[in-house]
Amino acid sequence: MQARLNAKRSFRHGVHPPEQKEATNRQAIRQFPFAPVMVIPLSQHIGKPARAVVREGQEVLRGQLLAEPDGFVSVAMHAPAAGVVKRIALAPYANGKMVESIYLQPFPGAGQEVIEGRPVDVETATPDEIILAIQQAGIVGLGGAAFPTHVKLKVPEGKSIDTLIINGVECEPYLTTDHRVMLEQIDDILMGIRYLLKVSGAGRAIIGIEANKPDAAAALSAAVPADLPVTVEMVKVKYPQGAEKMLITALLGREVPSGGLPIDVQVVCINVATTAEIGRLLPHGRGIQERVITITGPGVKRKGNYLIPIGTPLRFALEEVGLAGNVTRVFLGGPMMGQAVSSLDVPIAKGTSGVVVFTDEETAQIPQKVYPCIKCAYCVDACPIFLNPSRMGILAKSGRYEEMAEDYHLMDCFECGSCSYVCPSNIPLVQYFRLAKGILREKKG
Amino acid sequence: MSKINKTLEIRTSPHIVRGLSTDDIMRNVVWALLPVAGFAVYTFGLTALVMLSVATLSCVLSEHILCRLNGRESTIGDWSITITGLLYGLTLPPGLPLWMVAVGGFIAVGLGKFLFGGLGYNVFNPALVGRAFLQAAFPVAMTTWHPAFADGRFFSLDGATLTVPFMEPVYTAVTGATPLAAMKFAQQPTAAYDLVFGFTSGSAGETSALFILAGGAYLAVRNMLNWRIPAAIFATVALLSGILHAIDPQHYAGPMFMLFSGGLMLGAVFMATDMVATPLTNRGVIIYGVLIAVLTVMIRYWGGLPEGVMYAILFANAASRHIDRLVQPRVYGTLKQAKRGS
Ligand code: SF4
Ligand code: SF4
Repeated sequence: MQARLNAKRSFRHGVHPPEQKEATNRQAIRQFPFAPVMVIPLSQHIGKPARAVVREGQEVLRGQLLAEPDGFVSVAMHAPAAGVVKRIALAPYANGKMVESIYLQPFPGAGQEVIEGRPVDVETATPDEIILAIQQAGIVGLGGAAFPTHVKLKVPEGKSIDTLIINGVECEPYLTTDHRVMLEQIDDILMGIRYLLKVSGAGRAIIGIEANKPDAAAALSAAVPADLPVTVEMVKVKYPQGAEKMLITALLGREVPSGGLPIDVQVVCINVATTAEIGRLLPHGRGIQERVITITGPGVKRKGNYLIPIGTPLRFALEEVGLAGNVTRVFLGGPMMGQAVSSLDVPIAKGTSGVVVFTDEETAQIPQKVYPCIKCAYCVDACPIFLNPSRMGILAKSGRYEEMAEDYHLMDCFECGSCSYVCPSNIPLVQYFRLAKGILREKKG
Repeated sequence: MSKINKTLEIRTSPHIVRGLSTDDIMRNVVWALLPVAGFAVYTFGLTALVMLSVATLSCVLSEHILCRLNGRESTIGDWSITITGLLYGLTLPPGLPLWMVAVGGFIAVGLGKFLFGGLGYNVFNPALVGRAFLQAAFPVAMTTWHPAFADGRFFSLDGATLTVPFMEPVYTAVTGATPLAAMKFAQQPTAAYDLVFGFTSGSAGETSALFILAGGAYLAVRNMLNWRIPAAIFATVALLSGILHAIDPQHYAGPMFMLFSGGLMLGAVFMATDMVATPLTNRGVIIYGVLIAVLTVMIRYWGGLPEGVMYAILFANAASRHIDRLVQPRVYGTLKQAKRGS
């Protein structure tokens, strides 16, 4: 249909980190080989871990169910390759904890073909059937949050959704995952939107794209068929434009209430790669067993966008693409919110949107010296939630966590990192806030 | 395929920073102040050069020594004390006995900054604390002005400069009355042209509005100075003095005079904008600016002193954190959901 390509709309505050996307944004998605052993964590989503339905020593086909959801806030896991289940045991996970995982050894020369399941037809399926299918397909937010998608789509009693927002902003520097998906998986995205419109009951969908991806916006808006109430709209390039709340404000001018969810303003917001998965998997009744990630950063030789089996160990992935220079830091996700890993033995999970590798050159640019807060207010002007990070930082230093929550809305902080990014005194503000939130949550029980 | 074995750093996100650090900001403020200091030397000659050097050095040394005495790492590397020293010097009359300059410098650092806990914790602008101390201790010396553009100023020092410590020189005559004093006590205005370009007498750094504004603009463009502060001060001073001048031009000087005389320019652009002692939000900053302007106008018109900028700023500094508490920004999502739907 039509595209709104004036990209002036945005949210207030935010920051402008260098985009660093040139290295990979023109590279087509490439298929990644199977690792000799894959590790599929049973908990790679927010919520309850999945329950294994295979035994050690069992042979499985590619796409076969490995674990089923345990309760509503939980999703299924599928085999990323045909092979043998070697072990079911604890394995290191990206967050530094040990997580129950399935070790899968692919057969030598295992092919790419995937088994078919029970198709879910968008025309005939009911919303509840689609929700169940999304859960069975193991789909979570691929943008990084890894929140089970079907939970978001369950409209509570007395609420309704009028607008479906497809999030193609990808505001994290370096990452080009969603960008490539929007160029190469257009049919899947449009099919996914059909499913999502049906479940949510929304009358229209908006695909929100940051202005640095005009090619994606043009391609998508040209492909939208006349019968689909979808518009493609561009928003200003600014971090964290891809945060749900910020995108909703930019596109609709609505503000999600403090402590509330997008559904409180009649919106549901789904990442574009997640949408593509829904559109690709549901018509075949399949589960998610691979995803697109960007592997990039100055420490990577063959930077690019890869279709990688979920469960591929990070070490294998990096060996495949080759490392350059003196690598000091590897993180999953983008540089603003990504998680630095301590070990390369962690697997690529459903929520891993990218791998960025820094060398000593980049880490040397990060100052070590911490100065006192000089009240420059850069953080205040950066915070998209309009908090007072300066004051909260001072309170955190003296352990006054309750005061932070009660007087300064600590719990509204979503750890976007904008404040730390601009702080000239190099105060680890976000780190303080994470810690304070953790302690307060613990105290509450 | 090579085997990778790496020791990795774990730090929490974000993994990149903008790369503008506190010492960068401070260094830029020093750059912005240098032309103002240069013009002071040009106007008042060797006397100003020596006085500014002593002012700066006394502050830097005091900070270094106080840090060391307390077993802390010296903080002179963050450049903030250099700013304090320069600013402090620029508020003093050239020709002030150097021992007084040094004592005031020590007070500025010790009382104005160190006692509060150093950089970031001071409530007041330290430079003004030093100056306020001198004003109270040596009122005569602090209001004895050295004439601008005196012949031979680059080769000789003012007679009072080298006075022995704890001796106050005896002044026979006021050498060059400042435009503010001339207006206040003799109702004698000074041409605006002279004020803007700095051809008048006054404190070392007060006299050229042009260089002060240029320095301020340099910092504002780099977002190292909140332009709303001087803007709020100038607008409010102009408005108030405009009204009063219209009512009684004999007693109340007009806006041009009020803006460009005395320490208003220097105060509004460089003193009132000390990040540490100003409110955090833009709304707070405007309240703060208006407060300074109102106080300045009141002291100048009705107070006992010809100049009130310094006290006005000190007072507003003290109010900063309270202003912050009053005008906390509205947190995202706490809007009354009135205009919902579309
Ligand atoms: S991390 Fe929290 S406090 Fe900092 S800018 Fe983001 S939302 Fe604001
Ligand atoms: S950015 Fe850093 S130094 Fe500036 S006010 Fe915030 S916490 Fe303080």
